[in-house]
Amino acid sequence: MNRSPAAPLPRVSGGAARSAHGPNLGDRAWSGLLGLLGGAVLLIVGVVVLALVHVARPALKAGAGTFVSSSDWDPVSGSFGALPFIYGTVVTSVVAILVAVPISVGLALFLQEMGPRKLRPVVSFGIETLAAIPSVIYGLWGLFVLVPALRDHLEPFLGRTLGFLPVFRGAPIGLGYLAAGLILAVMILPTIASVTTEVLKTVPASLKEGALALGATRWEAIRMAILPYSRAGILGATLLGLGRALGETMAVTMVIGNSPTISPSLFAAGYSLPAVIANEFAEATGDVHTGALAGLALVLFGVSLILNSAARLLVRMVASGPSRAVAS
Amino acid sequence: MRSLLLRRIRNHLMTALCGLGVLLALAPLASLLWLVVSRGLPGLSLSFFTALPTPVGEPGGGVGNAVVGTGMLVSLACLLGLPLGVGAGVFLAERGDGLFGRTVRFTAEVFSGVPSIVVGIVAYGLVVVPMHHFSALAGALALALLMVPTLSRSTEELVRLVPGSLREASLALGVPQWKTSLRIVLRTARGGIVTAALLAVARAAGETAPLLFTTLNNQYWNLRPDQPTASLTVQIFNYAISPYEDWHQKAWSAALVLLLVVGGLNLLARIAMRNSLGSHR
Repeated sequence: MNRSPAAPLPRVSGGAARSAHGPNLGDRAWSGLLGLLGGAVLLIVGVVVLALVHVARPALKAGAGTFVSSSDWDPVSGSFGALPFIYGTVVTSVVAILVAVPISVGLALFLQEMGPRKLRPVVSFGIETLAAIPSVIYGLWGLFVLVPALRDHLEPFLGRTLGFLPVFRGAPIGLGYLAAGLILAVMILPTIASVTTEVLKTVPASLKEGALALGATRWEAIRMAILPYSRAGILGATLLGLGRALGETMAVTMVIGNSPTISPSLFAAGYSLPAVIANEFAEATGDVHTGALAGLALVLFGVSLILNSAARLLVRMVASGPSRAVAS
Repeated sequence: MRSLLLRRIRNHLMTALCGLGVLLALAPLASLLWLVVSRGLPGLSLSFFTALPTPVGEPGGGVGNAVVGTGMLVSLACLLGLPLGVGAGVFLAERGDGLFGRTVRFTAEVFSGVPSIVVGIVAYGLVVVPMHHFSALAGALALALLMVPTLSRSTEELVRLVPGSLREASLALGVPQWKTSLRIVLRTARGGIVTAALLAVARAAGETAPLLFTTLNNQYWNLRPDQPTASLTVQIFNYAISPYEDWHQKAWSAALVLLLVVGGLNLLARIAMRNSLGSHR
C-alpha cells in the first residue's frame, strides 16, 4: 500500500475558482453533504420510532391497559397480558448480570492490574472472538451443551444443596430461566469486560502508586484506589450489558423453554419479550396480535434507549473528569 | 490493623479469584469452538454447499440456497448501509465537534444498543406491510438499519487516526477543505474504513432475529429480492429447534460454515487494519 498522497495537490491552482469572500462552492457542497449524512442517523431513529408505533397501533387502540397488568397471553381469544414475558426478561437479565459482572470485572482487573502483561493480547483476542460469534450459534451451543449439562449436573446439584431456596426448587428440566440467564451471561461478558478494561485504563497511575507506596498490597490498592475511582464506569459497563441482555433474542428463544407462565423457580421454563416476538410475529393471528407484539418491541426499544443513554453518560463521566468520578 | 500475613493471603486469594474469572470467561469460548468444529466437520462436503435442503431422513442435501441467500441479503444491505454508515462516520470525524455532531454521535451510540429484533419489526412495517408479502428486501433493510450506527462510530474512530499534520500540510498548500477531506484524509484512512466495513458485514451476516419475519425462509433457490429467501442463520435456527437428529447434524455443519464466514471476515478486517497502519507509520 505505497501510494503517494501528494499526487492530487498540483491540481488545486488550476481547479476551483476561489472567491475572496467566504468558503468556496466545493467546501459548502461538501459540508452540506456531510451534514445530510449525519442527519440521516437522526432520520433513521425517527423512522424507527414512527414505524414501530404504526405497527403497534391496532393493539394500542384496543387497549394497552391490560398489557402490563395481566399475565394471560392468549392471542386466539384476544387477551394480551405481557407479564410472563416481562418477568422472564427481568429474571434472565438479572441472572446474567449476577454471573457476568463479577467474572468480567475480575477478568479486567486481572488483565489490567495483576496478571502478566503477555496475557493481555491473548485474552483480549478471546474476548473479541466471543463478541463476534453470532447469537444463533450461542443458541445452538446452549441447546445441545449447556441445557443437558444443567439438567444432568448443575440443577440437581443446586437442588440438593440450596434447595431450601424457592429459586432452586423444582424438576431439573434444563430448558428454562437458568439456562437463558447463563447463556446471556456468556454473551454480555465481552461487552462488560471490554468497557471495564477501558475504564480501568483511565485511572491515573498516581492513585495506585500512592496506595502501593503507603504499603498497601496489590489487592488493597485495587479496592481502595482503583475501584472507587472507576465505580461509575463499571456501573455504566453493567448497564450496557443489561441493555444487551434484555434485547438478546435467538439464544434465549432456543433455551428458555417458551412457556408463557410465571414461576419462582429458576429451573422452570419461561418466556421473554424478544422470544415471544421471534416465535409469534411471522404467524400472528391478525392486526391486534401483530400490534401487541410490536407494542412489546416498543417497550424493549424504550427500555434499551434509557439503559444505553445512562450507560454512555456514566462511562463518559469517568473518562472525562477525575474530580466528578471520585466524588460520586 | 490486621497482620501482614493475613493481608498477603487475602491479596493472593483475590488474585486467584480474578484469574479464575479469566478462565471462566474463556471456557465457554473453547467449548463452543471445539463443538462447532468437531460436530460440524463430519457433515461438511462439497454438496453441502451446493445442494438444496432435503426433507427429514433423506440423505444428502445441503444449505446451498441459504449460503446464496445470506450473500444476497448482506450485499443488498451493504448497498444502503455502507454509504450511510461510512458517510455518517466521516461527518462525525470531520464536522462532528459542534452541537449537531455531538447529538448525532450520542444518537448513534445509543441506537447501536437497540435490540435487533426491534429493527426487524420496523422493516416489517416499512416493507412487508406495503408489499403484502415477505421479501429479501425487507431483511436487507433491517440489516442496513442495524449497520449504520455501529459503522458510523467505528469509521469515525478510524478516520480520526489520520494525523492532523497531513491535513494541515494540505490546507497550507491552498487545497480547499473538501478536497483535503476527500483526497488526503479519506485516502489515508481507506484501510481503516475497509476494516470498519468488513466488521459491519460480518455482524450483518450473523444476524438472525430481524430476518425471522422479514425474509422468512425458502426451501428453494431464490435470487429475486422481492421474494422470501433462505439464510444461513435462520436455517441453523430451524434445524436446531427441530426434533430430528439428522437436522441437528446439519445445524452444526451450517454453524461451522457461518463461523468460517464470520471468522474469515474478521480476519480480513484485521489484515486491512494492519496494512493501513503500516502504510503511514
